[in-house]
Amino acid sequence: MSETPTGSLYAPREPIFPRRVAGKFRTLKWWIMGVTLAIYYVMPWIRWDRGPSLPDQAVLVDLAHRRFYFFWIQIWPHEFYFVAGLLIMAGIGLFIFTSALGRVWCGYTCPQTVWTDLFILVERWIEGDRNARVRLWNAPWSARKLRLRVTKWIIWLLIALATGGAWIFYFADAPTLLRDLVTFQAPLVAWSTVLILTATTFVFGGFMREQVCIYMCPWPRIQAAMMDPDTLTVAYRDWRGEPRGKGMRRRAIAAEVPAAGETTGRRSPVIPMPGKAATATPAPALAKDVPGDCIDCNACVNVCPMGIDIRDGQQMACITCALCIDACDDVMAKIGKPRGLIDYLALSDEPAERAGQPPRPLRQHVFRLRTMIYTALWALIGLGLLWALLVRPAIDVTVSPIRNPQYVTLSDGSIRNAYDIRLLNKQGEQRPFRIAVEGVPGLIASIEGADGDTVSVPADTTGLHRVYVTAPAGSAPANAHTTDILFSIDEMVSGEHADADSVFNGKGTQ
Amino acid sequence: MSDKNKQDPITGVDTTGHDWDGIKELNNPLPRWWLWTLYGTIVWAIGYCIAYPAWPLIEGATAGVLGYSTRAEVAADIAAVDARNAEVNQRLASADLATLAVDDPAHQFGVAGGAAVFRANCSQCHGAGAAGAKGYPNLLDDDWLWGGTLDDVEYTVRHGIRNDADPDARFSQMPAFGELLSREEIADTTEHVLALSGQDHDAAMAGRGQQVFADNCAVCHADDGTGDPAQGAPDLTDAIWLYGGAREVVAETIEKARFGVMPAWGPRLTEAEIKAVTLYVHQLGGGE
Repeated sequence: MSETPTGSLYAPREPIFPRRVAGKFRTLKWWIMGVTLAIYYVMPWIRWDRGPSLPDQAVLVDLAHRRFYFFWIQIWPHEFYFVAGLLIMAGIGLFIFTSALGRVWCGYTCPQTVWTDLFILVERWIEGDRNARVRLWNAPWSARKLRLRVTKWIIWLLIALATGGAWIFYFADAPTLLRDLVTFQAPLVAWSTVLILTATTFVFGGFMREQVCIYMCPWPRIQAAMMDPDTLTVAYRDWRGEPRGKGMRRRAIAAEVPAAGETTGRRSPVIPMPGKAATATPAPALAKDVPGDCIDCNACVNVCPMGIDIRDGQQMACITCALCIDACDDVMAKIGKPRGLIDYLALSDEPAERAGQPPRPLRQHVFRLRTMIYTALWALIGLGLLWALLVRPAIDVTVSPIRNPQYVTLSDGSIRNAYDIRLLNKQGEQRPFRIAVEGVPGLIASIEGADGDTVSVPADTTGLHRVYVTAPAGSAPANAHTTDILFSIDEMVSGEHADADSVFNGKGTQ
Repeated sequence: MSDKNKQDPITGVDTTGHDWDGIKELNNPLPRWWLWTLYGTIVWAIGYCIAYPAWPLIEGATAGVLGYSTRAEVAADIAAVDARNAEVNQRLASADLATLAVDDPAHQFGVAGGAAVFRANCSQCHGAGAAGAKGYPNLLDDDWLWGGTLDDVEYTVRHGIRNDADPDARFSQMPAFGELLSREEIADTTEHVLALSGQDHDAAMAGRGQQVFADNCAVCHADDGTGDPAQGAPDLTDAIWLYGGAREVVAETIEKARFGVMPAWGPRLTEAEIKAVTLYVHQLGGGE
């Protein structure tokens, strides 16, 4: 079995050693990383008093009792449409951001990006910056290399453990669960979840990194299709940067530049964005003896966590983390050129920029019809959910008539129907409810097992009560086929009121 | 079509020799991880066959060294449920019904368990909704042939009605008046019974029937026709009829009598089950 180089479909991973960079986007990313990680780790520990019989955890997905608590909001399973609405809002939110600013989700807030960033930070702290790490990579195994590697892996593992550990705190009372974990009394599912999430965090953040984005994640494909020529995204102003080169070579390349209309041999072709043909028209400034601003220092490539060259144009592997902008701005400042050789820019601005005009202002890219429509849709669903939340009945009541049998004849000839009435008490204390039947005179309601017309439902439970409605012999509802009736439910303490309509079945002799 | 193996010049990979209209099949080996997974499953399967029941024999199957069987697992599950419910079942069996009926820890368990007992044993005659049928009493209403208190219901469940198996079964027998009374007397009595429950009737015949009723029926059904739960004599004045309240049906009942039978459940159900089904029936809406 012989293999030629062209025969293999397998490409080994090229190791990436992102260099440290400083700048406004890096600062923004540090802040976002800090805030998102803080939210993730701290959220389960926030307490929220809900009374004695409800959990006091502000954010809790209580799968065992089928409750979702979010600060003052409590969602029962039948209100799952709130969660569905939030997911739809998250989807449309992604549309908004992607159509306006490209893959900002990928670049700044995606957990894969944030945790990889954190892991690279640790790596840099233990093993040094790019050059030191490259040297260490190429060095043979030694005691020092082993020590650095093991130290790094242990810290990664601890971070991964904290990540996997924090996840389960959203599903159970955090302090109790932590104590159970420490004393090895936690349920198996808690341990296995921690184990799995620790493993995925460790492997994804430490070793797979950019491969997760390139090979595993569907978003690059979807988001690429959601961008348009007006979308601001990280790109290289090749009309300003080319022909690239440094020092003597820089001048030599400049001298080699052929007549306008051709590109330099070294330059990679620009991959066209959807809906936009690649323009190869060189800028007027690209005169024979004027080299471009790019000094080919490779700073943009060295800082890239994805290991790509942004000067090759828009590409699927680019998560638009903007670190190359910081790196290039730094270099431009050093060589006395204006910043923004690599920058957030839109393809629709390219012809104007080539002609030497300034790009359109940011707001024209962000506030467009498309993003407006998305925002309107997003806001509409948000307002709808808010409205649904506010008008959510304080008393949840469902009435299911018992249909086997449809009615019972009592000894005095009166006709009785039975109903199962479920009362949801979402509050932290026991509440009394008065049940009455309205709408038709003569009907009498009574509750099985209760003396009066009032039942009490314990805290945070559903009370199921059988209610009898009796129509006297010979009355209209007793003889009619069906009669519409209305149950009136009053909470005796707060005075909250709810109605539920149902049907009374008579003998149908009328 | 199937020549000997050749090497594909472009990829350098051997072909299987299969060639369809110039399309050749490359003989790429399986990925190693895939192959090892396959070998792993084979080893696993061998181990599985040894550990668990696997090979069908003429009688039964190989037992497996772990001694596992699905039947034993079901038995263990049932035993586990029984063990879990032992305390509440013990409470059901030992406590008296009056205590169980009100706010007892075992009350809800008893009602729910009684519903299951009812569906399995009673619904064949009394209906899944306990509404009964012709000849089988409706347990939802407020009329009870043999009394509707907890103790009455429990006695009926335990001993049954008019069965031969249990000497303590509730018993009473209405004579078939077709052999004792004339046709006219039966017709007159029928009109009187219709009058008792306020239905349309022939007043003259009912007047004559009143005397027949007093002589023959009132012993059990009482002078005013309100019946006697002590001997299972139905109340004839109310709107509830076990066999039907129409003229022909009442006449048929008087002439041929009725003899409804219910089995004794004492020997078949456990003490806890009897209590549970009693609690269930009692809270269906008619319990006294």
